[in-house]
Amino acid sequence: MSELTLKTGQEGTTAEQFRAYLSRLRAGDMGALPAVGALLVLVALFGSLSPYFLSLINFANLFVQAATLMMMAAALVFVILIGEIDLSAGVTAGTGMAIFVKLQIGGMNWILALALAFVLALATGWVIGTFVARIGVPSFVVSLAFYLAFPGVMLWILGDGGVLRLEVPEVSAIMNKNLPAWGGWVLLALCVVVTTLMGLWDRARRTKAKLPNRPIVFLFIKVAGLIVLGGATVALLNMNRSQSVIPGNEIMGVPLVIPFALVILFIATFTLDRTRFGRHLFAVGGNPEAARRAGIKVARIRITAFMVCSVLAMISGVFNVSRIGNVESAAGKSIVLSAVAAAVVGGVSLFGGRGRLAHAAIGAFVIAIIDNGLGLIGMSAGVNFVVTGSVLLIAATIDALARKRSGGSIART
Amino acid sequence: MSVPVVQLSGIKKSFGPVDVLKGVDLVAHAGRVTALVGDNGAGKSTLIKGLSGVQPYDEGQVLFEGQPVELNSPRQASALGIEVVYQDLALCENLDIVQNMFLGREEISQTTLDEASMEYQAALALQSLSVKTVKSVRQKVSSLSGGQRQTVAIARSVLRAAKLVILDEPTAALGVAQTEQVLQLVRRLADQGYAVIMISHNLADVFKVADDIAVLYLGNMVAQLKTSETNHNEVIGYITGISQQVKA
Ligand SMILES: Nc1ncnc2c1ncn2[C@@H]1O[C@H](COP(=O)(O)OP(=O)(O)OP(=O)(O)O)[C@@H](O)[C@H]1O
Ligand SMILES: [Mg+2]
Repeated sequence: MSELTLKTGQEGTTAEQFRAYLSRLRAGDMGALPAVGALLVLVALFGSLSPYFLSLINFANLFVQAATLMMMAAALVFVILIGEIDLSAGVTAGTGMAIFVKLQIGGMNWILALALAFVLALATGWVIGTFVARIGVPSFVVSLAFYLAFPGVMLWILGDGGVLRLEVPEVSAIMNKNLPAWGGWVLLALCVVVTTLMGLWDRARRTKAKLPNRPIVFLFIKVAGLIVLGGATVALLNMNRSQSVIPGNEIMGVPLVIPFALVILFIATFTLDRTRFGRHLFAVGGNPEAARRAGIKVARIRITAFMVCSVLAMISGVFNVSRIGNVESAAGKSIVLSAVAAAVVGGVSLFGGRGRLAHAAIGAFVIAIIDNGLGLIGMSAGVNFVVTGSVLLIAATIDALARKRSGGSIART
Repeated sequence: MSVPVVQLSGIKKSFGPVDVLKGVDLVAHAGRVTALVGDNGAGKSTLIKGLSGVQPYDEGQVLFEGQPVELNSPRQASALGIEVVYQDLALCENLDIVQNMFLGREEISQTTLDEASMEYQAALALQSLSVKTVKSVRQKVSSLSGGQRQTVAIARSVLRAAKLVILDEPTAALGVAQTEQVLQLVRRLADQGYAVIMISHNLADVFKVADDIAVLYLGNMVAQLKTSETNHNEVIGYITGISQQVKA
């Protein structure tokens, strides 16, 4: 094997690597920084406007509220990455949950009923994807059709009352129960171990291929950051946040939804970053013609993306029904645009091919905090909608300008 | 000379009533650059699309390393070792150099993408073509110049263990310095033993790198000449149809 003389971006000392990072930032490749910045600003803003915002109970609430949105944003990332959109993701989830609750009340085993909801998700994703990829109908239109039709289906399933109560304690538990204190610490330990092992695994592979590795201090910094932030979060969530002073009424522990969400986000991120399917998804989003010529089955990738989107949306639906405790016929209508806003705030490009799932998750926190904070300082729902809409427009504008500045203008025909 | 890597004879292709290729012969040898020239609409791209399996020929024989072969899909062509670098390059700007070079043939180990192995091989392939200008093989293609993109597209065919590399107007959109670089790259490709077919409208480029010049005129191969035995004026004569010498 001969020596490599070309650079791979990982050579150099810690200081050199750090300088390279700064110059990437200056070149406009900011990653999650804008979303993290927005997050900090919003926390400071609402923290100063409402004493309640920084309370323990609201801290835990934020995670629970953000989880549903985060899952929906993760769902949409899969279709936004290929330059498409699925406006119906929310109502698909709503319909699935209506079927689930209705069948369960009718006497069906709840696991089977829930499985049927996921079958609906797969089928819906497949149908939308097929219309888009094989027939060529714009995804905006196909999913709009479902957006209009599914609430009708929900009305039909839910009947005159229009609302059905969830009566499955296992599902209610996701949003309403907490891990024991030690559970939170075990969860954090698992996160630390997985992060460390994956970092070491990547380094080992590079060493084996005789490639240079970044100074290992960067892995230490990452793990240390995780321990500090994660540790603080677990410690805060493990404190009693109940308003009640009666002994035995304490509320404490990491909400059960957090491990669920983490596992799903981990799998989704792993799929995007480390599998062929993920790579092909980015390729199709970047240049479908190039992908086709490289032998990638573009239509199949597109259809699969819509199916993954619907399935993750259905998980978001499960979170939602667990939190609200019922399904009604408008379920899922408004969450989609918030989720698009979350993804775009997280730097996922609406033009396709650019973005990271973890950043969209941070974007979901931003949108959830806006929602939560405005409510706490007594703003009406109307103000909330207008602000969320404005945030979406601003983020999308930044996305368009960034694209114009980098790739778009020098792209050759 | 040895067995040609590819030998076409009597190739015909029509689109409805329009006969685009009217019985074309062409040979390309390992280690030689064969320039394919001809006026707009002469049928150059159509000839290439047949070789790459994108648009199969109607009639005629294709010998690949002396064996008759069928070319009915891009897959068949690339399985034989025929790689095409299209004029529009077909790169994903949102992906980096390594990712583009392995697009559609990603290597997997321990169930996940083997980024390290791909990175090493991509860097090696670029080095073997004496590419020095890229800052890092993990640079996004969107940040590369036109010439660098062309380089990546060409290096990709090297990685794919091609025997025949076809380049459709590789210098069309490039400035003077970058054209020079890409031409050197084309030359090096042939010197490493690949058979190269290069479509070009620029005779200066053609005379600089080609060993053989094949001229298409209205769907006929009117001449296949050795560069050392011809000159600009003769080639222009064939391209414009002033000279007629059907089949060299
Ligand atoms: N799919 C098609 N259907 C009908 N006619 C076609 C098709 N493809 C090519 N042609 C015709 O075949 C002829 C040769 O086209 P071709 O693209 O092969 O020319 P070319 O030599 O590559 O020209 P240029 O230098 O402009 O690229 C042209 O007259 C063109 O109109
Ligand atoms: Mg052409």
